[in-house]
Amino acid sequence: MAWVNDIIQGILLGGLYALFAAGLSLIFGVMRLVNLAHGDLSLLAAYAALVIVGPLDINPFLSILAVMLLLAVFGYVLQRGLLNHALDAGPLPPILATFGLSVVIQNLLLEGFSADSKGLDAGRIEHQAITLSDQLAIGWFPLITTLTAVVVLLGLSLFLGRTRMGRAFRATSDNQQAAQLMGIDNRYLYGLAMAISLATVAIAGVFIGIRTTFSPSVGPARLIFAYESVIMGGLGSLWGTLVGGMLLGVAQTLGSHLSPGWGVLAGNLLFLAVLAFRPQGLFAKQVHE
Amino acid sequence: MTVLLEAEHLTKSYGALKVVDDLSVSLDAGEALGVVGPNGAGKTTMLNLITGTVHPDAGRIVFAGSDISHAAPHERCHAGIGRTYQIPRPFEGMTVFENVLVGGTFGRRHNERESYDACALALHRTGLLPRSNTLAGNLTLLERKRLELARALATDPRVLLLDEIAGGLTEHEVHSLVATIKSLGAEGLSIIWIEHIVHALLAVVDRLLAIDFGRKVADGEPAVVINSPEVRDVYLGSEAE
Repeated sequence: MAWVNDIIQGILLGGLYALFAAGLSLIFGVMRLVNLAHGDLSLLAAYAALVIVGPLDINPFLSILAVMLLLAVFGYVLQRGLLNHALDAGPLPPILATFGLSVVIQNLLLEGFSADSKGLDAGRIEHQAITLSDQLAIGWFPLITTLTAVVVLLGLSLFLGRTRMGRAFRATSDNQQAAQLMGIDNRYLYGLAMAISLATVAIAGVFIGIRTTFSPSVGPARLIFAYESVIMGGLGSLWGTLVGGMLLGVAQTLGSHLSPGWGVLAGNLLFLAVLAFRPQGLFAKQVHE
Repeated sequence: MTVLLEAEHLTKSYGALKVVDDLSVSLDAGEALGVVGPNGAGKTTMLNLITGTVHPDAGRIVFAGSDISHAAPHERCHAGIGRTYQIPRPFEGMTVFENVLVGGTFGRRHNERESYDACALALHRTGLLPRSNTLAGNLTLLERKRLELARALATDPRVLLLDEIAGGLTEHEVHSLVATIKSLGAEGLSIIWIEHIVHALLAVVDRLLAIDFGRKVADGEPAVVINSPEVRDVYLGSEAE
């Protein structure tokens, strides 16, 4: 029964990874941008929530909308002001630009909030669980996290599949130049994509902040989990990202079950195995030649 | 006749290579202009300069009375410039209808419902209506070429730039494509058509422009241009039509 519990906890952890990775997946899909600051941006969201929650003395869940808006605006300005220019200069400059951004965010957070660990307190919900049996319990908070991930992914899929702007995202992802000739302003579209990406990162950042404590330097470690989820699921597939995140979560909880230090290792080994045997990922978008 | 498109003294170099060299082209409203020239003559680059995906080193472009030299590609699309690519670039992950819908909604700046009719018409004109729900990545070459045309038409262009749209097709397929393009021209759409298949070109165009090394070699009456010593010289050994 302990194993079953581990797998369930792993799946729920995977929901959090997917929530976190969805924005990364979107950005890469639309503009082939490898965002190395993704983890640090999630921390920026967590600290923004901390700043809002502190003086108002409210539940961090209530800060999410404000943090989303804040990061969305930041994302749009970042894209139009910096990353669009980097993208014009070739494939390497955007990677360097986001790497630089990662360093800048880490140092600004260190300057503003010190290296001490901080946490967001969501109250009793963090510890409450649905008890299924002696050894089986599903925590409310992980459950809410996973449901949120599913809702976010569903929302993104509907947006991409059913709306005018969503079609422009897919067209640009398939062939940017042809999309421009259809009258799509790619600079605006990229700005919008980054805004949406960072709005989802805001949700993930606050949820992770509630789940664990955080300090300014943990961003890059988080980034690895997000990339592992995206790549295992298959680039360009949002639902693949959910499955990839869940596989990573399960591998980590099972690894931790064997020995407390083996969690991250087990996840990385699974990732390497996927890279070795199915490098395109489990649900890679089909490529027609 | 009013002039619709006027490109003046366009020049574009890649390193030491002048791909387009002081080239001036003008197109009247409702006119169909054919463009011939050997591979590497700068024909496609000329279209790229007009659509704005490539920036000229010198020269300017006036379209419908306004200078669009510094306009972005999407703005030129809104102004009424549509083009097809020699190697089709469909949005492979989307259906044929969705492909056209992108042109219909963003090219015309309409919402989806408003552009349904225009999209259906574009698909009908190009014979793709029965394939509306097929994934564009699964189309044959002819269908991909037709989709290029349908997508461009959906943006409601005033001028259509065709880049070797008949290349790689069978004789029969060329014939039906020519009929489609001819009917578009008859309705008053202005056309600039680059093509190696000269007989297809001659069946449609009012005027012929020959270029080589990025420069104008001849420009005028199609029969005169194609038989001129300069053009024969350029084509000698490269094309036997």
